[in-house]
Amino acid sequence: MSAFLLARLKAARPQLALLILALLVNVIVAPGFLDLRLQDGRLFGGLVDILNRGAPVVLLAVGMAPVIATRGIDLSVGVIMAISGAVAAAGVNAGLAWPAAILASLATGLVCGLWNGLLVAVFRLQPIVATLILMVAGRGIAQLITEGRILTFTEPHLIAIAGSTLATLPLPVVLALAAAGLTGLLVRATALGLFVEAVGTNPRSSRLAGIHTNLVLGAVYVWSGLMAALAGLIAAADIKGADANNAGLWLELDAILAVVIGGTSLYGGRFSIGRSVLGALVLQAMRTAILRAGLPPELNLVLMALVVAAVLTQQSPAFRPLAQSLAGRLMARRKNKEAQA
Amino acid sequence: MAIPDNRVVVAARGLTRQYPGVKALDGVDLTLRAGEIHALLGENGAGKSTLINLLTGAQRRDGGTITVDGVEIDPDGPGGAVRAGIAAVYQEITLLPNLSVAQNLYLGREPTRWGLVHRARMNREGGALLRRFGLNIDASRPLSDFSTAVQQLIAIARAVDLSAKVLILDEPTASLDTAEVQTLFTLLRSLRDQGLAIVFVTHFLDQVYALTDRITVLRNGRLVGERLTADLPRLELVAMMLGKAPTAESHLSRRPASARPAGAPLVRAEGLGRRRLVGAFDAELRSGAVLGAAGLLGSGRTETALLLFGVETADEGQLVVDGKPVTLRSPRDAIRLGFGFCPEDRKLDGIVAGLSIRENIVLALQAKRGWWRRLSTAQQHELADRYIKLLDIRTPDAEKPIQLLSGGNQQKALLARWLATAPRLLILDEPTRGIDVGAHAEIVRLLEDLRDRGMALYVISSEIEEVAAYSDQVLVMRDRAPAGLLEGEAITPAAIVNAIAADHHGRGAA
Amino acid sequence: MGRFMNTRTLPLLATVVVFVLIYAVCAVQYPAMLGLRVIGNLLTDNAFLGILAVGMTVVVVAGGIDLSVGAVMGLTTVALARLIEGAGLPPALAFALVLTGGALFGAGIGAAIHVLKAPAFIVTLTAMFLARGCALLISTDSIPIHDAGYDALAGAALALPGGGRLTLVAGIMLLTFLAGGVLLHGTRFGARVFALGGNAHFAQLMGIDTRSTTILVHAFCSLMAALAGIVFSLYTRSGYALTGTGVELDAIAAVVIGGTLLTGGVGGVAGSFIGVLIQGLILTWITFDGTLSSWWTKIAIGALLFAFIAVQRLILVASARYGRSGAGPAAPSPSTRSRPSPSAAAPSAP
Repeated sequence: MSAFLLARLKAARPQLALLILALLVNVIVAPGFLDLRLQDGRLFGGLVDILNRGAPVVLLAVGMAPVIATRGIDLSVGVIMAISGAVAAAGVNAGLAWPAAILASLATGLVCGLWNGLLVAVFRLQPIVATLILMVAGRGIAQLITEGRILTFTEPHLIAIAGSTLATLPLPVVLALAAAGLTGLLVRATALGLFVEAVGTNPRSSRLAGIHTNLVLGAVYVWSGLMAALAGLIAAADIKGADANNAGLWLELDAILAVVIGGTSLYGGRFSIGRSVLGALVLQAMRTAILRAGLPPELNLVLMALVVAAVLTQQSPAFRPLAQSLAGRLMARRKNKEAQA
Repeated sequence: MAIPDNRVVVAARGLTRQYPGVKALDGVDLTLRAGEIHALLGENGAGKSTLINLLTGAQRRDGGTITVDGVEIDPDGPGGAVRAGIAAVYQEITLLPNLSVAQNLYLGREPTRWGLVHRARMNREGGALLRRFGLNIDASRPLSDFSTAVQQLIAIARAVDLSAKVLILDEPTASLDTAEVQTLFTLLRSLRDQGLAIVFVTHFLDQVYALTDRITVLRNGRLVGERLTADLPRLELVAMMLGKAPTAESHLSRRPASARPAGAPLVRAEGLGRRRLVGAFDAELRSGAVLGAAGLLGSGRTETALLLFGVETADEGQLVVDGKPVTLRSPRDAIRLGFGFCPEDRKLDGIVAGLSIRENIVLALQAKRGWWRRLSTAQQHELADRYIKLLDIRTPDAEKPIQLLSGGNQQKALLARWLATAPRLLILDEPTRGIDVGAHAEIVRLLEDLRDRGMALYVISSEIEEVAAYSDQVLVMRDRAPAGLLEGEAITPAAIVNAIAADHHGRGAA
Repeated sequence: MGRFMNTRTLPLLATVVVFVLIYAVCAVQYPAMLGLRVIGNLLTDNAFLGILAVGMTVVVVAGGIDLSVGAVMGLTTVALARLIEGAGLPPALAFALVLTGGALFGAGIGAAIHVLKAPAFIVTLTAMFLARGCALLISTDSIPIHDAGYDALAGAALALPGGGRLTLVAGIMLLTFLAGGVLLHGTRFGARVFALGGNAHFAQLMGIDTRSTTILVHAFCSLMAALAGIVFSLYTRSGYALTGTGVELDAIAAVVIGGTLLTGGVGGVAGSFIGVLIQGLILTWITFDGTLSSWWTKIAIGALLFAFIAVQRLILVASARYGRSGAGPAAPSPSTRSRPSPSAAAPSAP
């Protein structure tokens, strides 16, 4: 088991390095950043803060990683967050019991995912086109439910999703990590992960080998919808209200970037839930560092763009031979030096 | 009729093109003469496409020379070849269906007036150009309005209008009907008589004899020979393509079918077929027996496998498995019945490049078990290692990405993928194509071993001698329909070649 | 043979029908909407969207997509406000600067897409972050523009009979559509754009320079986004970094509803114009109604988007089924056999 973990950590070295770098910047700009203190049974500190604030994007990234691994994309996750938050808020305000409201909210995410999955797997629309439809219409649907207002609620259980503590950690952190763990288990303890990677790499061979490619394609979008709904619940609980306009706004982009930073190619294939989570945390750590440094938060957008540009360059087929020849030259130089020594 | 000393337009000498691990073209010569139609023939992997790519500049050659009218050229893209006078038209029309006919004809060189495209003039000139090619159509209409045959003629008109020395036609008749083929031939003959050198690639032997003046045959990247069409009997041509002298005795030992116990019938195809894919064929697959399928490229041999494995659903006839009629709607249906399928194109339809050898080997078994019942990592390793050892797959370990293996070892890994599912019927399409000689023999031995252990095999191959050696029955396909079934003592390489080479009227070619 | 005409004309025809239907419903319910005043306002209010749609049409016809147009528009308004208010530049010079900047930004996007071989949506997404971030770094507040000449430009209008006004910005929009139409349908460059969107590989085989075409297409789209920014700042007489958040989706919706295929190669600016008008009309109708809320616009546009994409998909499937004969998915497809590209023909090196 420890060998297994070691292999995983080894594979995640670039992401870990990025995370440590971002955390280091945090430490430099705010020296007390790493301090942890226990107060009223809850841990407080910079690290917990990053986990807590990063929870929604972690959830989205966990859902997005398998989608991207099948050569797809889900542009609608931000919108699904808004809808699911609206459903939960409208539910409790209409007198629904809180478990029913939460279930309804999660079911909404599931249905949204199913819609995307049907369009991609059965109607064979390009994923970007298929999910664009919900992205365009979804905010309208969410606003329809909240009637354009920020729909506040006072249901204590619903608020507790963001406000309570479990095992000294904020509940969103626990939820996000549990969802990541569950997803990891689902894809690696069953054969789903293998199927997703096979379909993403070569759908024709996969079909000939007997994989139900349509089912696999549909399933990843359903799961992405479910994760987005959970993220939407957290976001709504956090502000004790459903904001159809701003909940999850542009978070689909954060999720895509987290997965890309996590080393999954936009052309499908290998993916890792753990590394995608790390990618999401890198983004949050960057954001926190900028805030703590007192820099304008807008800088974050520019920085994110630069990080993605770097990752795209590193992934691009045009760059690879260049990098290889550079590496080859470096190796040759080192060998020369060794030979001289 | 062409005379041997027509002026040489293109002389390619010693063309060589190397891919990692395989020589796609090895010192091939090609001589094209003005006013001649020159057939370029060979089976899959013979090097035809590579040769065309070198001529059109789609690929750079690794060795050899190409001269056009005595001037050496080294095209590094379609533009360079066109400037030198070489243009190509492919089976898949490489025009743009979303543009008008005239736009396709003049893309990038549209007539302009005041800086704007002069549409009226372009349509007028386009129409006039096409009339010279026997097409009386409105050039302002979208290309997609027209049939493949007309699009082909438009592509030829564009190619000839761009560069009028050499025209390469790569399988131009593959999707044309008889009347359309005649129209095309009439045009090609008139172009020839205007002094054009035409390269004609096809797998229809009737068309070779109907149209061409001279034939160059390639096999396994090498030149087999250049002959005048009139001097080359059909049987000898097929023998050149398949690498088998029709008269020579087979050096492979053949066990008489009667020496083996007749296995139980497992699968019977009764008049199975699909419109526009393959005509109705009968086949019986028995445990412990091999049904071979022979035929040239494009004869419908691969399509029979697609129907048997549920990749395509048959729309006529029926498939009987274990005495019960079944309908296969997807490969999963076939796999559930205990079928396995190693497709012809290993790279595109076989291996999942990027995944490890282990994952590629367990893929079909895992798919059969379903996503929920995952093979544990230990089981996967055990399975992969067992088959790597059993089939002698040359790799340091099972975790290497499969695309790093050589062709033969990839094929063995694909075999392992299906053997792991313990299939009752294994369908193999060209299992030895593009594989070096050593691995070749190993795979044949393996197939014989599987047969002897009671598996039913359906093997499609252009290696006639091998098919003749290990098959209990041989289904011969021609022109997308069955052309005969050989059994027992009747299975000889010569008989197979004869059946393949027979012309449309069923007469033997010898 | 005639049925293939449908691939091209049916979506556009459907767009016109939908427009006429909506307009008829509007006219029956609210006769006031028939007046030139409402039409004039419709054009003015949607001028920026129309201009964006022209650029987006060209990109989508070329087989791409641009998610950065809204952000580029926002960046343009802020830059304009800073240049005119802060640096005291004359508006004409400021216009020239932002238009040049926009075109160069787009050229960068096009070059990145070509060189990195990355999907257009992710590259333009990155560009969107970059542009929005830069805009916010310039100023997070709305900057009013007080230039007198600016006010004059913003107020310039042609009186229409019936109390309507054709404003300068609406005029610019109409001219842009005209220019876009000529560029796309009347020039050699336009033919290259259609060729690229039809099949980039074939276009290359036919001698089209795909690199320069990709770069120019994106330069044009960002140029239009900058022009839309100018128009929007004339409309609001201010610059604000968050201007145009999400309008890229409206622009894409207008293009698709206008009959341009998201798969590229088929379409035109005329349809996009109607697509913009349909969106504006729905919004106007909802405003007239008074009881309906603005979110119905988004839902309606989403539904229209779905309907049009579904229709396009059905046409594509139908023409594939009845059109050229095709072998099955695993059959050796012609494309894998005879495509003379080195990448397809050469076994990939390990």
